[in-house]
Amino acid sequence: MTVESATSAETTTGADAPAKGLAPRVAMRAIAKSFGSVRALTGVDLTVMPGEIHALLGENGAGKSTLVKILYGALKPDSGSVEFDGERIADVSPAAARSRGIVMVFQHFSLFEALSVAENIALALPGRRADTALSEEIRTISRRYGLAVEPEASVAELDVGARQRVELLRCLMQDPRLLILDEPTSVLTPQEADKLFEVLRRLSAEGCSILYITHRLEEVRQLCSGATILRRGAFIAHVDPKAETVASLARAMVGSDVPVIAEERVSERSEIALSVRDLSLPRPGLFGVALKDVSLDLHAGEIVAIAGVAGNGQRELFDALSGEQPVGSGVLFLDEVDIGTRGIAARRRAGLALVPEERNGHAAVPGLALGENIVLTRHGRTDGTVGNGVVRFSAARRLAARIREAFDVRAGEGDPPAGSLSGGNLQKFVVGREIDRKPRVLVVNQPTWGVDARAANEIRAALIALARQGSAVLVISQDLDEVFDIADRIAVMADGRLSEPQPRHDMTREAVGRLMTAGEEAEDAA
Amino acid sequence: MDLTEAVLITIVTASTPLLLAAIGELVVERAGVLNLGVEGMMIVGAVAAFAAAYGTGSATLGILSGALAGVALSLLFALFAVLIATNQVATGLALTLFGLGLAGLIGEPFVGKPGLRLDALPIPGLSAIPVIGPAFFTRDVLVYLSFILVVGVSLFLARSRAGLVLRAVGENPEAAQNLGYRVRLIRIAAVAFGGACSGLAGAHLSLAYTPQWAEGMTGGRGWIALALVVFATWMPSRVFLGAYFFGAIAILQLHAQAVGLGLPSQAMTALPYIATIIALVLLSRDAILLRRHTPAALGRPYVPVR
Amino acid sequence: MRLEVSLRGERGLLLDTLSALVALAVTVAIAGLIFAALGADPLAGLHAFFLSPLLDAWSLQEVAVKAAPLILIGLGLSLCYRANVWNIGAEGQFTAGALLGSVPAVLFPDWQGPLVLPAMLILGMVGGMAYAAIPAFLKVRFRANEILTSLMLAYVALLVLDYLVRGPWRDPMGFNFPESRLFTGDQRLLRLVEGTRLHAGLLLVVAAVPLVWFVTRYTLAGFSLRVIGEAPRAGAFAGFSRARITYAVFAACGALAGLAGILEIAGTVGQLRPVISPGYGFAAIIVAFLGRLSPLGVAMAGLVLAVSYIGAEAAQVSIGVSDKVARVIQGTLLFSVLACDALARYRLRLVTTPAGAPAAGE
Repeated sequence: MTVESATSAETTTGADAPAKGLAPRVAMRAIAKSFGSVRALTGVDLTVMPGEIHALLGENGAGKSTLVKILYGALKPDSGSVEFDGERIADVSPAAARSRGIVMVFQHFSLFEALSVAENIALALPGRRADTALSEEIRTISRRYGLAVEPEASVAELDVGARQRVELLRCLMQDPRLLILDEPTSVLTPQEADKLFEVLRRLSAEGCSILYITHRLEEVRQLCSGATILRRGAFIAHVDPKAETVASLARAMVGSDVPVIAEERVSERSEIALSVRDLSLPRPGLFGVALKDVSLDLHAGEIVAIAGVAGNGQRELFDALSGEQPVGSGVLFLDEVDIGTRGIAARRRAGLALVPEERNGHAAVPGLALGENIVLTRHGRTDGTVGNGVVRFSAARRLAARIREAFDVRAGEGDPPAGSLSGGNLQKFVVGREIDRKPRVLVVNQPTWGVDARAANEIRAALIALARQGSAVLVISQDLDEVFDIADRIAVMADGRLSEPQPRHDMTREAVGRLMTAGEEAEDAA
Repeated sequence: MDLTEAVLITIVTASTPLLLAAIGELVVERAGVLNLGVEGMMIVGAVAAFAAAYGTGSATLGILSGALAGVALSLLFALFAVLIATNQVATGLALTLFGLGLAGLIGEPFVGKPGLRLDALPIPGLSAIPVIGPAFFTRDVLVYLSFILVVGVSLFLARSRAGLVLRAVGENPEAAQNLGYRVRLIRIAAVAFGGACSGLAGAHLSLAYTPQWAEGMTGGRGWIALALVVFATWMPSRVFLGAYFFGAIAILQLHAQAVGLGLPSQAMTALPYIATIIALVLLSRDAILLRRHTPAALGRPYVPVR
Repeated sequence: MRLEVSLRGERGLLLDTLSALVALAVTVAIAGLIFAALGADPLAGLHAFFLSPLLDAWSLQEVAVKAAPLILIGLGLSLCYRANVWNIGAEGQFTAGALLGSVPAVLFPDWQGPLVLPAMLILGMVGGMAYAAIPAFLKVRFRANEILTSLMLAYVALLVLDYLVRGPWRDPMGFNFPESRLFTGDQRLLRLVEGTRLHAGLLLVVAAVPLVWFVTRYTLAGFSLRVIGEAPRAGAFAGFSRARITYAVFAACGALAGLAGILEIAGTVGQLRPVISPGYGFAAIIVAFLGRLSPLGVAMAGLVLAVSYIGAEAAQVSIGVSDKVARVIQGTLLFSVLACDALARYRLRLVTTPAGAPAAGE
């Protein structure tokens, strides 16, 4: 490990550094990084002052994660310099970064499920074992910051909110000088998010710098005193978010005005297309959620959105609707026909179309070409891709080409493998594959998760168009903006229960937030 | 010496190679690596131990050479499965096929040669206990080592920080890398430990169980050891019980053959294999139990991102 | 210094073929070292091992005869491995096929006529299929690991064979040798060419290759096993049943291995003995991987492995090294194949600078 002193004043203070004279906690200059032929970052600067809460803004694929991984030592830049507290960092590794006090709460949780909370924390603290002294320390710090956590609990049993508290606590116990958070509120209810902001403000007052990665612009305006905007791997601007509007921040991120989805729509509710009646399922395996008396009537021509924090039974509900998890008779009806005992292929024949949450490995096989991926959900007798047990790959390729055309899927020449597409394009492809069937009912789980803003808008518009043509659409989404954007009626999933869907105009974010925590309150009262 | 005592002594002898190999593989699997090459490492360990002991007249050198041969083969596995991330199942099979071939080739001149038998080292005091004493405490060094390893591995995994790191690596290698741990290095070390244990298991076969060299003398014990790890749900104490259970079956079928139950000897010889299948079935029925204990990253190739 | 691994893009036929050839070349080089280590002239050893089997008509026949079971079993295993089903007990399925297929000839020695051979072949396939169905059932029903169960069953099958040829099926006229009676007349496969060991079963092998190719390449069933193998969740999402595919690939592999078993008995050996296979079921694992799990590749790889058996015998005669060297070289070959496969899939880079060298710039 080698640290060189900064050579001169001008390398430490850039033109737009907030306070002259004071060394920034972090100064990254002209960072570039490529993965093979893909240039993830070109000439990116980032400056964070001590005690500052600084936002890093950009769309999916803008290079935020790459930049942060470089800062954290998980990736090495091809060129550029990193300074920490005025010292040039020559040596990049996670261990070295942590020894300087750079700690991170990851977007995809990086906890060890089979281990206890204390063991998870011990792993981040050099030389520590998960003994009673550590448990005591964990309790002390968890009380100080109001982060309720039980050291002896196994992580596998914790919900997402509690897991985030463990990650945060693990960071706090390392005496952080720079705390990096990657989309921390995407797994929290609005109320939990407010609690998180309190902790962050308190840390900032104690002198810890915070780098806050998000695409939720309203949060940035509330919380952050500076923001760096990236677009397609390039540095765009360093701004004061309090002086900006949500619209102006969005424009800077996307590079053009984001089209707003047509506001007023007349929803013509007609007959019930999909009906779920008192669906209860036991907890599937160790890490699942039990479904409790879920009931829902989905009408043709409408979009019902199910909001909720991930891990409250959304995945289980999707699997039950799709047929991947058997549900038995008397609980699930498509146009009055009981489809509960049918498998997924038979449900498709009955008019159901499905888009699961995970694109790679669930909705599509990354190693197979797009034309082959068509066959996954389109091998029924009427789809024209299979005859006498033989797959007509040429017909499937033509179908794939039609879907690429209709949904503006940008992919390589010929028939490239699904794994070579960007998240947004692959999502448009798998959504398009289902919409193209003109299904009676479409069930989509997290339609725009990890998708860039433009593709997200196109997908939402396509879902609305499908509903207008008379299909029933059920959208399961964690993204409240999306829920309010596209839904005719909104229901909330909490702890395996589903609230009664209400017309969008009768719902507020606060009401949705209260429903998200309904399960916990019921348990507290009991 | 009564019959119970004699039977117990042979059960310990038959269980020791299973225990040694399984406890080693347990550590490998807790680090997230599935090495199906146990049979290959064991048999190369057996021939190396026999050859060294035969050539030098020293049992100690035999044991060392068995362990080293196991380590050498396991490092070959690690080079492929850990460093260049080849499919672990296929690589383990390759190691077994290669090991069986190599042992046959090396061992050819030693077929039918008289071997060395490990000396019994009675433990003062304990060896005087009736029945238990002669069976467990008047034994060779590898029997004692197998006991020490069960306790040692048990404590290592449950209590030590290094054991915690090893479990973390087998659970979520990406997260371990994010915390600054050198996942591949830790995995290579675990694989090498497993190799040493398999080599020792082989050494016990050719220096204590049947002090001679015969081609294919491991007879599927490496595979039974692999099944034992699953059977024991990756817990050292249960590996101990499982190894002794299978050791007992192997010995009882020998005695049954001697007594002559009217069953063909082949049916008796098949008993340990069939018992393995039954044990696997009984255990695997409980999916939740299995899932709770299976190291989450077991068998998954890990490629660090840079 | 450390080794860096990163994922390469798509792999193609060219890369696959190239990596198989490189693996073969690496194996030849290592084989040379092995011969040298055994105190033989490496060049003479390589010549005897890899070339001499191809240079005279008798050896070529032997290569074809040995390749037949390897290719049949390799085809079956490639189906399993594509579906991510780890059947490694083909040796047992081969043996079960040989046993059940031999029932007409052993128990009804006087049965002759045009029906006896088809009956034997069908029984052979049924035997292998039924034996393979056991690990499939245990996997589907109880989630028992098929690697271990199929292998344990292989040991059991070999013991059953041993019991039968030493016990009830021993030839009463055979001077107490542990052998069944010799198969005669219509119980034997026809010779393709009189005076050679080439039997009519080889035609079945030649037919099986394109058949398996068509199934894997063009049918929905073949497509479904590829999907299940690559992404099980996507397979379930597509409506393909994992259980059904597990049964199907085990059954197909069992049938092919069983067929190989009875062809070996009715075509080559002519009677049951305690040992009827020099480890074909295990060597076929190498065949499947060397052949890149593709039917044409398996056909080529089966020939290569057959050469290694014949070559080892030749090397024993000509330069006096043990024929056990064959299995060492076969093991080396599988290692090389796996490494080359990984190298084709990943980009490897040896980084010689210390970890975390200063970044360029400024």
